[in-house]
Amino acid sequence: MPKYLIFLGCVIPYRVSSYEISTRKVLAKLEVELVDMPEFNCCGFPLDPINHDTMLTLAARNLCLAEQQNLNIMTLCNGCFGILNHVNKELKEDKKIKEKVNAYLKEVGMEFKGTITVKHLIHVLAQDIGFEKIKDTVKKPLNPLRVAQHIGCHVVRPGKVVGFDDPENPTTLKNLIKATGAKCLDYMDETECCGNPIIGVNSEIPLQLAREKLDHVRAVGAQALITVCPFCHMMYDLHQVRIERKFNEKFRIPVLHYPQLLGLAMGMSPDELALKDLRIDASELLNLL
Amino acid sequence: MPEKKETQGKKTEKEMTLKVSDIDPKFKYKISKLSGAENVLLCFQCGTCTADCPIARFNDFYRPRKLIRMTQLGLKDKLLSNDSIWLCSTCFTCIDHCPQDVGIADIVRALRNLTVKEGKMPAVYKELASNILKTGYAYVIPELRLKKREKESLPSLPKANLEKLAKLFDVTGLSKMLEMVRT
Repeated sequence: MPKYLIFLGCVIPYRVSSYEISTRKVLAKLEVELVDMPEFNCCGFPLDPINHDTMLTLAARNLCLAEQQNLNIMTLCNGCFGILNHVNKELKEDKKIKEKVNAYLKEVGMEFKGTITVKHLIHVLAQDIGFEKIKDTVKKPLNPLRVAQHIGCHVVRPGKVVGFDDPENPTTLKNLIKATGAKCLDYMDETECCGNPIIGVNSEIPLQLAREKLDHVRAVGAQALITVCPFCHMMYDLHQVRIERKFNEKFRIPVLHYPQLLGLAMGMSPDELALKDLRIDASELLNLL
Repeated sequence: MPEKKETQGKKTEKEMTLKVSDIDPKFKYKISKLSGAENVLLCFQCGTCTADCPIARFNDFYRPRKLIRMTQLGLKDKLLSNDSIWLCSTCFTCIDHCPQDVGIADIVRALRNLTVKEGKMPAVYKELASNILKTGYAYVIPELRLKKREKESLPSLPKANLEKLAKLFDVTGLSKMLEMVRT
């Protein structure tokens, strides 16, 4: 039975608990055991722009906590994955950086050793559980649904750090969607960033980027957008009404976390999967099933 | 940090003129020592990064190619007073597409870090940092949310060791920066 230390990050408990709820339900069904972090601090991502060393040290501290538990980390957030995985690899490979970070960590009685790995939910599903086993758990195939994917940036880029899937044409999430019986439609600029990381500095650009994405998704007739990152999800779900108002458009495209889609295919109820927590009402989508 | 409007049209002659005194010839070497920025001198200005940058498509000021050229030229002051360095959304498309393996987004991060060292940063980062220092989380999670977790039978959130966190802010120099910085 695979076992992971679940790293929730900050965005999920702050705004996107529907992602956590549905993930826990689906992984229990897939017989994955989750252990909660005994202690936590932010992965460090928001601090990288202001102090790279603080980011490295905060990330490394979380890695040390996982090492003490002797468990690999699974994140749900692309940002947390990007940072923790990158720092983990860098510290394992670069002695000089490891020494520097360990000197900081010594002040709090910790030492990075390099004994664990970091994965994102999507890696756990695709690599550790596998498409076949996922298909076996599907009781109510979602054949009538036609959806689109948004995999986000940090689970595939930078390619030479992550080394997973093809950053130019990522197919993992597409295949995971297909495993539920739903159709996954191609659309223009699928790999484009949601823009959310800069929304606190400049909201104009991310809203334009998200509008364009929703426009492309609508153009191919997708009934929903499927994400695997709480930050991307916020951009398309939470901010969708704001985008509609700003650009005088009407999208009303439900944005589901992948585990919500999989949970529906497993036969779970929309309530169990916290679908009512979505800002964009998904009941029309559910009526198709 | 509101975006500058392109209302004046052409730049004045004074703004366009570069003086030798604007140039810090050692700047590029300083940057190239920072993690991820090692290949800054290899940039041959093909412009792939700008062409593929999603931010540059929606903004007239953020041009990664230009930022790298300015770094090579040593235009330190112009770079560090340039608000557009805060517009990179770290999608890393530039890094993946660069034919010279230049860590463009990492160089932009290095420029941001230097700007903070000189005492300036966007307000949002100060807020995020202070949230982390106070709670361990980048956002202050409202009490209501925590109660809702109980109702949804989610496990209680892991807590931060704030004393140790403050220590790490101190030893990595962030505490001092936060004190002196203006937003």
